[in-house]
Formats: sequence, C-alpha cells, structure tokens
Amino acid sequence: MARTTANGNLKLYLNQNGLKCEDIKRNGYHNRRQKNGPGTGVASRQPRQESFEQAPMYVAVMTYLGFGIVTLFGYLRDFLRAVGLEKCHLAQEREEQKDFVPLYQDFENFYTRNLYMRVRDNWNRPICSLPGPVFDLMERVSDDYNWTFRLTGGTIHNAINMGSYNYLGFAENNADFLKTVADKTRQYGVGVGSTRQEIGNLGIHEELEQLVANFLRVESSMTFGMGFATNSMNIPALVGKGCLILSDELNHTSLILGARLSGALIRVFKHNNMHSLEKMLREAISSGQPRTHRPWKKILIMVEGIYSMEGSLVRLPEIVALKKKYKAYLYLDEAHSIGAVGPTGRGVTELFNVNPSDVDVMMGTFTKSFGAAGGYIAGKKELVDYLRSHSHSAVYATAMSPPVTEQIIRAMKCIMGKDGSTEGIRRIHKLAENTRYFRARLKEMGFIIYGNDDSPVVPILLYMPGKVVAFAREMLERKIGVVVVGFPATPITEARARFCLSAAHTKAMLNQVLHHMNEVGDHLCLKFSRLKYSSCPNLHDEKDFELGS
Amino acid sequence: MNFKNLREYLSWLYYQYLLITGIYVLEPWEKSIFNSILFSAIAMVIYTSYVFVPIHVRLALEFFSKIFGGQPESTMALMN
Repeated sequence: MARTTANGNLKLYLNQNGLKCEDIKRNGYHNRRQKNGPGTGVASRQPRQESFEQAPMYVAVMTYLGFGIVTLFGYLRDFLRAVGLEKCHLAQEREEQKDFVPLYQDFENFYTRNLYMRVRDNWNRPICSLPGPVFDLMERVSDDYNWTFRLTGGTIHNAINMGSYNYLGFAENNADFLKTVADKTRQYGVGVGSTRQEIGNLGIHEELEQLVANFLRVESSMTFGMGFATNSMNIPALVGKGCLILSDELNHTSLILGARLSGALIRVFKHNNMHSLEKMLREAISSGQPRTHRPWKKILIMVEGIYSMEGSLVRLPEIVALKKKYKAYLYLDEAHSIGAVGPTGRGVTELFNVNPSDVDVMMGTFTKSFGAAGGYIAGKKELVDYLRSHSHSAVYATAMSPPVTEQIIRAMKCIMGKDGSTEGIRRIHKLAENTRYFRARLKEMGFIIYGNDDSPVVPILLYMPGKVVAFAREMLERKIGVVVVGFPATPITEARARFCLSAAHTKAMLNQVLHHMNEVGDHLCLKFSRLKYSSCPNLHDEKDFELGS
Repeated sequence: MNFKNLREYLSWLYYQYLLITGIYVLEPWEKSIFNSILFSAIAMVIYTSYVFVPIHVRLALEFFSKIFGGQPESTMALMN
C-alpha cells in the first residue's frame, strides 16, 4: 500500500527484527511521521524516535554461557538434594505419601530454586518509609545463601528511589496537600463495607467518575478498586465466544488473563508492528471463525499506551486508521501513560493528537501517576452503563476506599489546574524535562536504552545474569534503589534494569544517580552501545543527532 | 578506571570473569569446583601443546618441504 508512512513503518519493522551494527548505523534513528490531524501546529512536536539497539554478538554468547553454567550447577545441586547429601529447603511430601501421585512438580521450579533463590535478596526488599523520591530501606542479611532472611534492625536512610511508579510525585505525605484526604477520612471512614452495586456507591465515587470523564474528554467513566482487576474482570464482560482479540506481543499479564477468561480467540501480533496487525485483520475478516467460517461477532485490538518493560509508545494514529478501515474495536490500556505523557498529562491520545472518541475503550490505572490505587474504564455512556451491571469487578468487588478516592480527586484536580495553582503543569513539565535529560545522558555514556525518548520508563539492558545481580547490589551499596528484571518477565537474553523517573526527582538527585551509573557501568563493563550519541545543547530540537562511525 | 596497582587490576579481572561466566551467583564451594575444573582443563591443554606442538610442527614442515623443495634436488642429482 502506498502510504506516506510506509517507509517509516518498514524501516522500523526491519530494525526490530535485528539488523547488524552497520545497518543500524545506516538506518539509524528514524522519525515516525505524524498524520495531519487536528491541532497539528507548532505546539505539537513530532513523536520522537524509538530505538531498540541490538547488543554485540559476544554479549549474547556470554549470556547463554552464564545461564548454561548455572544450569549445570543446578543439576548438581538437585542431585545432591535427591541423594540426601544436602538439606532440602523446599516443600516436600511426607514419607508416608511417597507412593502417591506426586504433589510437587519439581522440574517446573528448576529455575526458581536453582537461580532465583540464590540471588533473591535483590527483590522484595522491605521499605520503611514513604516511597517518594527518596526512601528508607530495612537492612536484611541472610545466613544460608538467601533461603531465609533476618532483619538486622538497621535502616538505609535516604536511598534514591528509581523504581517506584511515582511519575508526577503524588506519593507524598505533606500535611497541607493531604488535608482534603484527612477530611474525607473523618467523614466517610476507611472501609466501604459493600460493593458498588449493593450499598457501597458513595457520592465521592460519582464525583470521581465525573472528574475522570472530564479529564479524559469522554462521555463517562467507571472506577474500580484494583488496576489489575479492572483489566482481568472487564474484558470478559466486553467480549466472549465468537469474538476475536488481537493483542500485542508484549501486553501485560492482566490483559492476557482477561482475554483468556473471556473465551474469545486470541491472536498475537508482533510488537508495535502495523504490517503484522493489518495482515491478521485481513486474514481474520476474510476467513471468519476457525471451523464454521462465520463472521466474527467482534474484533478487539488490545494495546497499551506505554509498554512498561520496553518503554515504547503505541503507534496510535496508525492503529486508529486501521481500526476504522477494518471496523474493529480498540482497547487502550494507559496504565503507565495517563498523567505521564502528553502536554497536559492526558495520555497518548493527547500526545498523538487523536480524538479520544476514536478509542472505544480507554482503560487506565491510578497507581502510577496519581499515587493511589485502582483503575478506570472510560468511553461512551452506553459502554460504561453496560459495564456497571455486567462486569464482575463492578458487581462483586468492594468499592474503592474513600481516602484513596479523595487522593485521586485531588491529584486529578491538581493536574487539570482546578485547584487554582500551576502545580500540576509544573510537575508535568518537570517530568518531561527529567525524562529527556536522563535518557540523553545515559545514551551519551554508552548504555543501551530501549524505548521512546518521551517515555519516563527507562529500561537499561544488562543481559548477563551475573551482571544483573551485581548491578542491583552495587547500586544499593551506593544508596540507590533500582528494580532489575530478568527471565521470565523478559526474554532470557535481555535482562534489564528499569528506571522510573519522577517529577519529584531534583536535578541533583538525577546527577547523583548518573554519576553512580557511570562508575558502576565502568566497573562492571555495562556500556555495550556501539552508536555514538552527541546531545545537542538545545534540548527542544531533536533533529540534530550525530551518528558517528 | 584508575587502578592503583597490579593487584587491584587483577582482582578486577577476576571479578569480570566471575560475572561473565555467571559464577558470581554460586556459593564459594561451587566456585572452587568450577575454578579447579577450568584450571585443570587449561593446564592439560598447555601441557599437551608443550609436548606435542613442536613435534607436529616439525613433521609438517618436513612434509611440505618434501613436496615443494624435493624436485630441484632430484633433478640436480640426475644431471650430476
């Protein structure tokens, strides 16, 4: 198809399949062209480039080598445990039941007990303060190589928090800001004691839903107590047997679970790949349901605003064009992007200048940018009214707690500017500035960063299992808390550390983190990037990247 | 990175070896097992190459010199 964006799409498609180093340098960073939509003016910049650089071949070889050696030692330890030479810390059946059908499947947990258990001091760290831009961690040590832990009683004070989802800095305990929350707690108490459908529908819930609908510029919305449950319990109400779900490769578990629970047929298209999606749409529509060849009742495209493991943004204008052409429905999960992207924080629809009424189901969570808990679904009034009576979460789940509701209300009013101050806009600009600065400096240092330059989620690739663990420990020693992720949340060769930037981080904090990252990067040899990057002094104009030889 | 002395540099190199092979996550006795196996394998390779490589190289050189260098010698012998 001859489309103006065809070239850009094709290059991105090739790039994501992994070109060699020279090809990456030739194609390099490429712009995604924005369609001429409403409001395309000086104020809306072109959406920035996304890069997914591949590491050199020796890195992949060493990663597999590391995993292979640890697997061999895993077999050795399993043998010692089976023979009885070593004490087994795991759950075991009783002696009398050894002849029964086995209760515990040993092989499935091979990875957990032989790799994760050795290094699990980097996860589930206990925190004893507000998870703001700095926080306190409790010290813990292990005497038996991470099978059990004990707290020493000491605390690590004022560690910089680069792992919490605190994009706009609303995780705060300032008494002035939280005055309305305290008032509402005095008025309503903390528990609601019922579901929305029965007798738990408070006035404050209705106020919140009105506010969310105004914020997103849609007709109406509905809120739920838990973000994960919003996805997994509402998708079964929207689609069922005889429908088709086209879901992105890297969708979150809640979307996958909701899709599986619904009973619809699920087909997966390659991440952010419009050719793959279009091919699937054409195939689905032309051949219909699998055996009967009847037309599909509904086709639902499920995508996310920002993919939290990659930091990439969805290609919204193209998906909306495809959806209109093939008459499918679009489900957009803006868990990480609401409040964090867009000139006024209204998410990817604002960033790409897409009319919000083009997206059929807008979903999001309040956990990340609003400092609370819960999720919402927004869209046309008929949709939301239908969900109020047919969704599992609406009918059976307890209503949202009043202080949490008030926190969301105050955060949203702050972002919209309705509380009379410019605090909201200031935070949004600070987040955007922090994002640009942090990403630019990390790329300059030579780390491989995935994702779009606009996304406040920054994954830094570490690849080797030993380095992942060493990185987390070193950063903790330097009083910086980071989140590292490996297999199975990521592909086995692409373990990474994920930084979540916040509007509450000051430049000094970011500089300290960058300084330590530089040292740790040199000490552990983590700077795998082969592209030269020189940041331009004017951070508003991103067209002058130099690609060195 | 600045290394004050050779000892620090060697310990950094050992750290890199631990990270790359993934030994870093294992317990000390497992590290010792792996290191001793690797060390003995390398020692055997070195010993074998010390004993056999010079002999093999000499034989190979003789073989190739017979093919190329042998012809002028025999023609000279014939003429004389």
